[in-house]
Amino acid sequence: MQSAYLNAPLPYIILAAVSLMIIIAISIKRNHAFAMGLSVIGMIAAFITLFTNDTAESTYGLLVFGPAAQFFTGLFLSSGIVIAFLGYDYLYNHDEHREEFYPVLLLAILGASVLSSSINFVSFFLGLELMTVSLYVMIAYLRDSSFSLEAGVKYLILAAASSAFLLMGMAFLYFETGSLEFTGPIVEYAQQGWQTSMLFLAGLAFMLVGIGFKLAVVPFHMWTADVYEGAPAPVTAFVATVSKGAVVAVLLRLFFSGAVSQFGSVVLVLSIIAGASMFAGNILALMQKNVKRILAYSSIAHLGYILVALLAYRESAVSAISYYLVVYFITTLGAFGLVSLLSNRKGEPTDIDSFRGIFWRQPLIAIVFTAMLMSLAGIPLTGGFIGKFMVVVAGVESSLWALIIILIVNSAIGIYYYLRIVAAMFSDAPKELDYSRVKVPFSGQMLMTILTVLLIYFGIFPDNLLSLIDGLVDSFILK
Amino acid sequence: MILVWLLIIPLAAGLLAWIFGRNNHLFARWISLLAMLADLALALSLWFKHFEQIDLVAGGGWLIEYSLAWVPQLGISFYLGVDGLSILMIVLSAFLGVLAVATSWSEITKKVGFFHFNLMWIMAGIIGVFMALDLFLFYFFWELMLVPMYFLIGIWGHEKRLYAAVKFFIFTQLSGLLMLAAILGLYFVHQNQTGIYTFNYNDLLGTPLAVSVGRWLMLGFFAAFAVKLPAFPFHPWLADAHTEAPTAGSVILAGLLLKTGAYGFLRFVLPLFPEASEYIAPAAMIIGVVGIIYGAILAFGQTDLKRLVAYTSVSHMGFVILGIFTFNQLALQGVVMQMICHGLSTGGLFIIAGHLQEQIHTRDMNRMGGMWENLPRFGGVAMFFALASLGLPGLGNFVGEFLVLIGTFQTDVILTIAAATGLVFAAIYSLWIIQQTFHGEKRADWKIRDLSPRFILIFALMIIPLVILGLFPQPVIDTAQPAIERLERINTIDKPEYSGVDLTEADRDRRFSKGGD
Repeated sequence: MQSAYLNAPLPYIILAAVSLMIIIAISIKRNHAFAMGLSVIGMIAAFITLFTNDTAESTYGLLVFGPAAQFFTGLFLSSGIVIAFLGYDYLYNHDEHREEFYPVLLLAILGASVLSSSINFVSFFLGLELMTVSLYVMIAYLRDSSFSLEAGVKYLILAAASSAFLLMGMAFLYFETGSLEFTGPIVEYAQQGWQTSMLFLAGLAFMLVGIGFKLAVVPFHMWTADVYEGAPAPVTAFVATVSKGAVVAVLLRLFFSGAVSQFGSVVLVLSIIAGASMFAGNILALMQKNVKRILAYSSIAHLGYILVALLAYRESAVSAISYYLVVYFITTLGAFGLVSLLSNRKGEPTDIDSFRGIFWRQPLIAIVFTAMLMSLAGIPLTGGFIGKFMVVVAGVESSLWALIIILIVNSAIGIYYYLRIVAAMFSDAPKELDYSRVKVPFSGQMLMTILTVLLIYFGIFPDNLLSLIDGLVDSFILK
Repeated sequence: MILVWLLIIPLAAGLLAWIFGRNNHLFARWISLLAMLADLALALSLWFKHFEQIDLVAGGGWLIEYSLAWVPQLGISFYLGVDGLSILMIVLSAFLGVLAVATSWSEITKKVGFFHFNLMWIMAGIIGVFMALDLFLFYFFWELMLVPMYFLIGIWGHEKRLYAAVKFFIFTQLSGLLMLAAILGLYFVHQNQTGIYTFNYNDLLGTPLAVSVGRWLMLGFFAAFAVKLPAFPFHPWLADAHTEAPTAGSVILAGLLLKTGAYGFLRFVLPLFPEASEYIAPAAMIIGVVGIIYGAILAFGQTDLKRLVAYTSVSHMGFVILGIFTFNQLALQGVVMQMICHGLSTGGLFIIAGHLQEQIHTRDMNRMGGMWENLPRFGGVAMFFALASLGLPGLGNFVGEFLVLIGTFQTDVILTIAAATGLVFAAIYSLWIIQQTFHGEKRADWKIRDLSPRFILIFALMIIPLVILGLFPQPVIDTAQPAIERLERINTIDKPEYSGVDLTEADRDRRFSKGGD
């Protein structure tokens, strides 16, 4: 009885326990490989226990466990495993204290998982802070690199401010409705008496600021490029994928509970944010020469695409977003993973020129990166194509024609800078090459190959993943 | 299953060429050549096997179909099918594919394996476009052509290759996405009316559309096909892409990629949106005529040989769009004829330009001249293709343009007259090519070998069909006939003002087209 009660949250307990174990182990004896191995084993164990539960919905006060939470937690855990491998290779070249990276990573993933299963503002905030505080550490992890420190401080200040906004917004909502749940009183309030209270709307607006910051959508995107550029590449991968995916998951819950979507003004603001993010992200990316910054701005645009699907506000929107996120995770992990794998003691290959002609030296790297970029651009045979297709399907179904046209125009803009990187990789190599001689370890090659195969598999045979996702649509729509 | 083989062969050959051709160039070349020959053999056998039945399916069926569930949740299937029109296009594709591999034999010397990978995958995409009967699948193949083409131009092209490649990609991708939005619009309209989610062409055919919805959706398709064709205001990508591409790329661009646009109009725009097509027809016909004249003027203004030939394509494709939106059998037959012959004649001119450049490293016609003396065979072949391009009676292009003009004459006399002036322009620029390159005074003492046996064979393979098509076009006309009759039927159902006149004329048309029997 007692143990059955612990079944559903078991993965979370494992994550917390393993991170503690690693900290204790470090205090006894430092061993990089051991810390990394233990964290990966912990995540795999969490992953397995996640799916040995029955999939019925079960509510634990602040959290709900069910297909949706399982799906997202599984996604975060898989990304975590990839990032642990990337981090191992990356830190191997640095003289830091390497071992602390892993417990922090586990805690960040725990935070993200809590977010994806929260149905209450308390767990929402707890999860978010757990993840964000871990990120402060991870972003500033390279203590001798002033870039890394600068990025960490920037993120710290802005994230703290945005958390304050979020908290204030929650307080306003609580003041008006007397409830911290996503459902129930808030939705009733939203349906009936919202005209009378500006406070409620102000609360929603404050929350939107907080969420917008975490998603890095316009106009809360200023931090993105600097943090992406400054953070160590594996951490950038984490910021770009898990930290955003978790907030998207919670936003989906919130949106589909009916509390937010009731308001025409909120929907309008979100539409403007979506459109502005697509344009700003793509146009700013056009002007960059640094691959990490290009990917940072392109991620702003991609969040804009996801918002289009969210605004469609239908069941097909949930499938579209989930599918898009999976593919986006794979591509972003792949892209930043390559940057991470190609980095050496001197730094990371971030300038487009450092990829020049790499195809003729290391074809595997170039093929993987090309596949990732093509997926981001939404070219067929890659998962990105199906993802974008699903988003357009959701948008067209809800007749969001203006946003669809913006999306289409932006896809064309985006192709230009993705192709620039591809073109550099396939052009003739210059005499001096810094990074194309970096030997990528076998594990890294395997990892990248697996990601590419997955990406292409999802691009050609999307039906399996789609049926999986169809199963969790209901789980998102809170009653 | 034969349809699937048509796709698998080039896809597999491309992969093999890449994997094993990195150090063994000859292997990459041979496997690509064999793949294209195999595709050609398959396509021809398809044509001959079904030649007698082609008329039987005039009711609207397909000669062969192949269907497989792909993403059942969204109503997407892997649905291929061909009728006479598709078969003609596939034969043309495989034929030009063989020639493209053959012309690259000596021109491409670096990164040979990867080159053939791209070439083969472009071919697979193009052949797929001509067979896909599921709109999602069609879009899939439509996009699949782009990336390898981008690489082909971007890696093996000439001086401004990257600029040209990116321009090509963005133009086609943007217009392709507009088509995707339109496809989805149609998909949901159909779902609203029947409750079934499907991308199946046969099911979507005849979906009743509100007038304004139909027109908007039609515009999405129109954008994609007009850019690919290219119709007049959408042509800026063309000259750069054609000029900068390696010879094989130019041949495929001019010979096949442009034809996918025309095919799209015939297969999708007209049948799916009869009302909207009729609505836009006057504008489209004007676009066609402007393209004919404007393309010819631009062509005449060029000094770069490949650029000149590229602009002639704009002019020739003007006839295609003019003919398509005339909606009568004569003109549509002319369009099909023009598509095939333009592929051959312009492909020939591009091979000549490419082969010249390979040897003298310039395309500037101001630096050429008087080469006939040293290169009699070369000059003779160039003369032939120039004459074909200007529409000399007895060659295939004449049949195509002549049919388009007769067809258009029944609809709009003034536009026909304007379009006919295009033939005069064509004579000017075609003879100008010969005058500048092979006649006149020698401006430089180029050391060039005359055509090698390989090139003589290549050119012979292109010349013979042009002559046959010019003298005996009936088999092609018969093959395309059912598809065209179907088009005409669809496009006269809802518009009595056309069918009223055409009842007798249609009969006459049919008699005309059977006249060669």
